[in-house]
Amino acid sequence: MGVLGYTILTLCVLGAVLAAVLYFVAQKFKVEEDPRIDEVEKMLPGANCGGCGFAGCRGMAEALVKNDDISALYCPVGGGDVMKAVADYLGKAAPEREPQVAVVRCAGSCANRPRTNQFDGAPSCAVVAATYGGETGCTFGCLGKGDCTAVCEFGAITMNSETGLPEVDDEKCTACGACVKACPKGVIELRKKFPKSRKVYVSCVNKDKGGVARKSCKAACIGCGKCAKVCPFGAITVENNLAFIDSTKCRLCRKCVVECPTGAIVEVGFPARKPAEEGEKPAAKPATKPAAPATEKAAAPAVEKPAAEPKNE
Amino acid sequence: MLKTFPIGGIHPADNKKWSAGAAIQRFALPESVSIPLSQHIGAPAVACVAKGDKVLAGQVIATAGGFVSSNIHSSVSGTVTAVDTIVGANGLRVPAVTIKVEGDEWVEGVDLSDTLISECNLEPKAIVEKIAAAGIVGMGGATFPTQVKLSVPPGKSAEYLIINGVECEPYLTADYRLMLEKGEELLVGVRILARALGVKKSFVGVENNKPDAIARLQKLVGSATDVEIVPLKVQYPQGGEKQLIAAVTGRQVPSGALPIDTGCVVQNVGTAYAVYEAVQKNKPLVERIVTVTGSAMQKPANLLVRIGTPISSLLAHCGGLPEGGVKVIGGGPMMGRAMSNIEAPVMKGSSGVLVLRSEETLRGEEGDCIRCAKCVDACPMGLEPYLLANVSKQKMYDMAEQHFIFDCIECGCCTYTCPSNLPLLDYLRLGKAEVMKIMRARKA
Repeated sequence: MGVLGYTILTLCVLGAVLAAVLYFVAQKFKVEEDPRIDEVEKMLPGANCGGCGFAGCRGMAEALVKNDDISALYCPVGGGDVMKAVADYLGKAAPEREPQVAVVRCAGSCANRPRTNQFDGAPSCAVVAATYGGETGCTFGCLGKGDCTAVCEFGAITMNSETGLPEVDDEKCTACGACVKACPKGVIELRKKFPKSRKVYVSCVNKDKGGVARKSCKAACIGCGKCAKVCPFGAITVENNLAFIDSTKCRLCRKCVVECPTGAIVEVGFPARKPAEEGEKPAAKPATKPAAPATEKAAAPAVEKPAAEPKNE
Repeated sequence: MLKTFPIGGIHPADNKKWSAGAAIQRFALPESVSIPLSQHIGAPAVACVAKGDKVLAGQVIATAGGFVSSNIHSSVSGTVTAVDTIVGANGLRVPAVTIKVEGDEWVEGVDLSDTLISECNLEPKAIVEKIAAAGIVGMGGATFPTQVKLSVPPGKSAEYLIINGVECEPYLTADYRLMLEKGEELLVGVRILARALGVKKSFVGVENNKPDAIARLQKLVGSATDVEIVPLKVQYPQGGEKQLIAAVTGRQVPSGALPIDTGCVVQNVGTAYAVYEAVQKNKPLVERIVTVTGSAMQKPANLLVRIGTPISSLLAHCGGLPEGGVKVIGGGPMMGRAMSNIEAPVMKGSSGVLVLRSEETLRGEEGDCIRCAKCVDACPMGLEPYLLANVSKQKMYDMAEQHFIFDCIECGCCTYTCPSNLPLLDYLRLGKAEVMKIMRARKA
């Protein structure tokens, strides 16, 4: 046997001995893991977006398997179907939540909210918010640098270069909440998703007094409270000169939209209003104050129609 | 060889030529003033006047809201028209007292004459009380309440008083003119501060791009040994507290420590002058020198302005804003902040207003970090700006904290020196603000 033979022999023996050592070590220090975790992880969407509150889908899967009560856990991306499938597999009660969608509550487009200065620093909303009040007179609204679009894993939020505001694609939005966290001004909100992507919301977050808010933006909420008075469901609250529509109470009757003097309350996804309906608007206005009960009655039938609609679909 | 600080630093063009020759000019009383309640670091002052009240110049209109806080005085006589919020220089609303000016009557006991009073036999405690009552804060721009700096904590002692006449910020000449024109009063102020602290030796640090100011002060000091004028080699940011201590004494303030830990107390020349006026003339801090400058200004000037005067009126006085795009900066070009509202008032810390034409302010196109480490070399605090900016951008605030983001003095050397035009300081400021929030939440 030459040098070559000894070398091969030595390496073979060495390999065999080390393999044996590795085998025993692997047996001795084996980590017991519930195989269901892997299965549940496969069922989850695998986006690792963090929308559930865990760092990734693996963490969520572990929590789903280990916790007996999973009612507090929810994957917004997978939605009800995925949660039901997971719950069935694990034999637990499925957590139920209404589907949500991200809504940008600012209508401060270039036309509504003129730019008063130009920011030439780092193009990031977070930097603008840490530095000063922003490029417009409104210090509450969208800063327009697109931090929300940068964090969206699903390409659901894009900047509209014409308005300078982000727009959400309801089809793609999974309500993971990444944009809500990224927005330093708290402009984006997760709201209940209605059929046909219909929404009624206050598209403003300005807490300045009415006059001040109006001066900086034509579409600002001035906190007049008319919407809260007209809402038959008590879904609207006005706090700090700002109205807020609770999407869990709202039934899309759209009475507030008509009432809002600045157009801060917007409706999305509805068919165009009939001309007659629009014609009613100015006529109805002067009558609201003296004949408040009358309008309430008149409102009742009008309300039921849109409220019933979702059930049918 | 002239002294300077040992780490980092840059040499921007000083551009003081525009306003260096303009003698201090008293600015006319405005029609109304808006005096913000938070013109200092620390708790905001609490307003003690109401709408409709008649006030005199020098009257307290807001009292200190805590230990680290400061009194605020009316800078004019007239009627309070509002105790509400106004839009500040950064566009955000701040609480303020607005006063309509009627005549110019002062509270009793204020000596408005120019006579020099050099004798001061007050006890140190009485001096500090007078300074606190006069609402004096650091006039260099940091606006830290002066009485707090003069109250040496038990167990520590002050050895040196260092007076900051560096004015390393390009363009600004307010301190320079003060040293030239009010040298005698300034030195009295320095000796009062030294007396309050009980120190035997004071240094006045002045960069040698102001030889006439150095000569003037040296002549005034004469053969006295308690005050020494220290000419310093020009290097930005020598006016930083820690940099100045290192330049003058060779001592280094450790991370997280205060200047008093090295036995030093640093005060600005403007502060020393305000102390003179408060202690010797009973005049509270109601006016300050503001440099209005820039190549675009027709008549650059150094103005003695009442606190609360709208900045737009200073600009109008100096020839108005030039045509076309301009950038108005509150302070100097390095540490100052662009203003989004020029109706904002002059405050205790407003050392200057700089107007730049848009072509002077263009930022180059942002590239990628090429790891040249120029920012590391330039950082006077020995930090790694590229790293801090990057982790702040990635929202890794815990790492920013571990890498001493809080030692950053926001001097802007990193952004100035970056060959890739990265807005490093923007991200550092973001990181500092976020880390501050996290630290506050941890405390609570």
